[in-house]
Amino acid sequence: MTRLSNTTLALTAAAVILLAPLVPGVPAYLFDLFDNIGLAALVATGLVLLTGVGRLTSFGQAAFCGIGAYATGLLTTKFGWSPWATLPMALVASGLVSFVLGAFTARLSGHFLPLGTIAWGLSLALLLGSFAYTGAHSGIGAIPPLRIGTVALLQPRQIYAVIWACVLMAVGLCHNLLQSRFGRSVRLLRQSAMAAAAFGIHPARVKLFIFVFAAMLAGLSGWLFAHDQRAINPTSFGIDAGIRYLFMAVVGGGGYIWGGVAGAAFVLILKDVLEQVLPLVSANPTQIEEICFGIILVALLQVAPDGLWPLLARLRPAPAPEVPPLAPGPPPPLAAATRSGAPVEMLRLVGLGRKFGGLSAVDNVDFALRSGEIVGLIGPNGAGKSTTFNMISGALPPSSGEIWLKGQRIDRRKPQAIAGLGLARTFQHVKLVPDMSVLENVALGGHLAGTAGPLHAMARLERREEAALLAEARAQSLRVGLGGVIDKPVGTLALGQQRLVEVARALCNNPDVLLLDEPAAGLRLFEKQALAALLRDLRAEGRAILLVEHDMGFVMELTDHIIVLEFGRKIAEGAPDVIRASKDVIRAYLGAEA
Amino acid sequence: MDLTIFLFLLQDGLTNGAIYALLGLALVLVFSVTRVILIPQGEFVAFGGLAFALLSTGKVPSLIYVSLGTSLAALALDLWHLRGSWQGASLMRAVAWRMALPVITALATLALAGPHTLLLINALLALGMVAPLGPGIYRIAFEPLAEASVLTLLITAVGVHLALEGLGLLIFGAEGFRAPPLSSAQIAAGPLTISGQSVAIFAVTALVMLALWQVFSRTLTGKALRATAINRTGARLVGISATRAGAQAFGIAAAIGALSGVLIAPVTTLYYDTGFIIGLKGFVAAILGALTSFPLTVLAAGAVGLAESLTAFFASDFKDIVVFSLILPVLLLRSLRHARAEDEE
Repeated sequence: MTRLSNTTLALTAAAVILLAPLVPGVPAYLFDLFDNIGLAALVATGLVLLTGVGRLTSFGQAAFCGIGAYATGLLTTKFGWSPWATLPMALVASGLVSFVLGAFTARLSGHFLPLGTIAWGLSLALLLGSFAYTGAHSGIGAIPPLRIGTVALLQPRQIYAVIWACVLMAVGLCHNLLQSRFGRSVRLLRQSAMAAAAFGIHPARVKLFIFVFAAMLAGLSGWLFAHDQRAINPTSFGIDAGIRYLFMAVVGGGGYIWGGVAGAAFVLILKDVLEQVLPLVSANPTQIEEICFGIILVALLQVAPDGLWPLLARLRPAPAPEVPPLAPGPPPPLAAATRSGAPVEMLRLVGLGRKFGGLSAVDNVDFALRSGEIVGLIGPNGAGKSTTFNMISGALPPSSGEIWLKGQRIDRRKPQAIAGLGLARTFQHVKLVPDMSVLENVALGGHLAGTAGPLHAMARLERREEAALLAEARAQSLRVGLGGVIDKPVGTLALGQQRLVEVARALCNNPDVLLLDEPAAGLRLFEKQALAALLRDLRAEGRAILLVEHDMGFVMELTDHIIVLEFGRKIAEGAPDVIRASKDVIRAYLGAEA
Repeated sequence: MDLTIFLFLLQDGLTNGAIYALLGLALVLVFSVTRVILIPQGEFVAFGGLAFALLSTGKVPSLIYVSLGTSLAALALDLWHLRGSWQGASLMRAVAWRMALPVITALATLALAGPHTLLLINALLALGMVAPLGPGIYRIAFEPLAEASVLTLLITAVGVHLALEGLGLLIFGAEGFRAPPLSSAQIAAGPLTISGQSVAIFAVTALVMLALWQVFSRTLTGKALRATAINRTGARLVGISATRAGAQAFGIAAAIGALSGVLIAPVTTLYYDTGFIIGLKGFVAAILGALTSFPLTVLAAGAVGLAESLTAFFASDFKDIVVFSLILPVLLLRSLRHARAEDEE
């Protein structure tokens, strides 16, 4: 299926959804049901982005609905504002509150965040119910309806199109956001904050943005809800509602852009069906309803642990991945010329040390790395190689010593700043996004080459930059020999190939200094030869490469200079031949046969 | 606020804290063994407390049928799973392991229930009704999802919570119950009057903790549970069944929940949906213990109980707000300290 027909399909679906009220004979209660689905879908779509993709679990979204609803409720009834004029205020209010809460709680990691969201999810509804100004427990009544021209949108059929236009817009914005530089960084972030930082992504900013955006969608839903119901009270915005929105997103399919809509529709239609059927078969319909509902929910998750949407999506062929078409061919030349010339010192470690409690993982290590040079860093497991990498790339602050990169001292700088100076790295344990294609993973390495933020992405104003980023990613994928699997999800590749994806991602940052942590582990012989050839090319381009590797044949053949670590100390350094002959190194690491 | 009031609040807070500590321990146990955040823990509390209260009025709670039904459904799944290899002995063992406790409890309840039954027997019966729900629910809802994400498991737990809450409304009705105290003694100690119930709560809590500690440090079952909690794959490799560990963790959690319910039923009026907020406070304690550390969980539970009783005195409307907001700085501190460690999981 081509992109065009996808777009056509989406537009047709949108038209069908929005024009439904013009069909005569549809009963009003159906519109009421679909209005409610739309209102919930707005919140659940925000949760797809926040929880499904970003893995930030929030029980507190209903609180932001409440803020949107009370903002318009108070402004229209107490200050006589027109409903449309309160829309920006509702959005700003939910955005601001979530910004403050998010600045505080989006930093929370793991299970702390959900608890934090429970805290305000409970608190806000309780607060709204405690103040006379907000109408305490009875809330606010007589909220004016929305008007278009002189027509008041009083009927469910009338407000339906407004609600669903908002839902479609929200889904569209989320879709654009996820298919972008920013969207990729959200996905990498949930996989590994360390890898994200190493390519210039600021975890706290990314989290805060999706947090505020999801809250504003909830605020929009609350605003619509207030004008749809025209009366609000705190019970609609409590922790129960927050939990309900979260399970809508999960049931629908948290990892899928339409998951929120699917989940909202499933949950509310199921409730509606139960409400109509159960009174016919039981004397206690309300109690039975909750029981049935819980049981069906549990049963559904057994069948579809990833939610409903992937089941629905199977009904039609998978769309082609959205990659701007590019003629395969030789990669465009990189800006290598600037690096050629006499070798220059690129990286210097001076007396570098790192303690973990009483253990000295790295102790007083000095060495230097020049452009156009491959330096091997070898030693037995636990010698401090990866710790050294982490300190150079800024992931771990050194306990003592200095690190200089291209004449600048970097040992107190953040990983993002160091990446910006032209350093890139791979990880010993691959840190990739398994459900993203090779191309998208590699494109993450070019994060710093782009400037487009989430707002540009939502408005699709960054398509030129996006195409350039993906073209560079494609070139680097071809360069490391991944051309054949470029559209495959990384999770389906062999470990050796995943390491090559890491190398390509690092190259996408166009690094002057490249840190490779066991890139050849898991590669077959001919793949190792190809990798060695690639590293020689990179050296010829004038890049400086620091290589950790256990395959001694590979290291001895390739490197110009070798540093040997043992128990965090440098025990030898020199040309490969010197190292091979060194008694200390043979004792500590190589063994007699080397 | 004078000393008497303060001491009263202190006693009240620590009593509640003891209950939260029990629930927090159960949550930590279940989470570390199965990765399930046990939202239905609150229902175990409510069911245990309400069944106890009903029994003390001489009625037979229909909870026995829920307990039997859940166990039967789990047994059906067991037998379906074993189909093709049914043998007399293994079949008998499967049936006995699922059905012994609920059947015995049901028969004993029908035989013994009455207005003059000993409180202790009522308490045991309530425990016997609720405890089988744990392994049964684990078998039905969670065992097939052992490999699912924490989020999916959490939402499944929400589903179970809804179903159980509905059941609670159905079998106990919407009105609240309060049970007679286990001990009505009042001990005067200086300016403070210590109620017998408080003493009972502390004593039972301490006993349970001691028992858990013994189980986890001395018995093979306990060690297997700890091994599973530390590393599921590793435990499997040495022949520990993660499934059995999960069922045991759920069983212990259900029993602890029911026991907590029995202990607080004389102190607070319980409704079918009271359990949720009580469970949530146990959850707060568990989270403050980082969902892994038992001693920290106990300390945190004491703090939660104290914060609650002090704010209940000064501003009762804001009691829950304060309890849940007080933890934010602690959470922030903890997550800053854990930020780096998390990436390496």
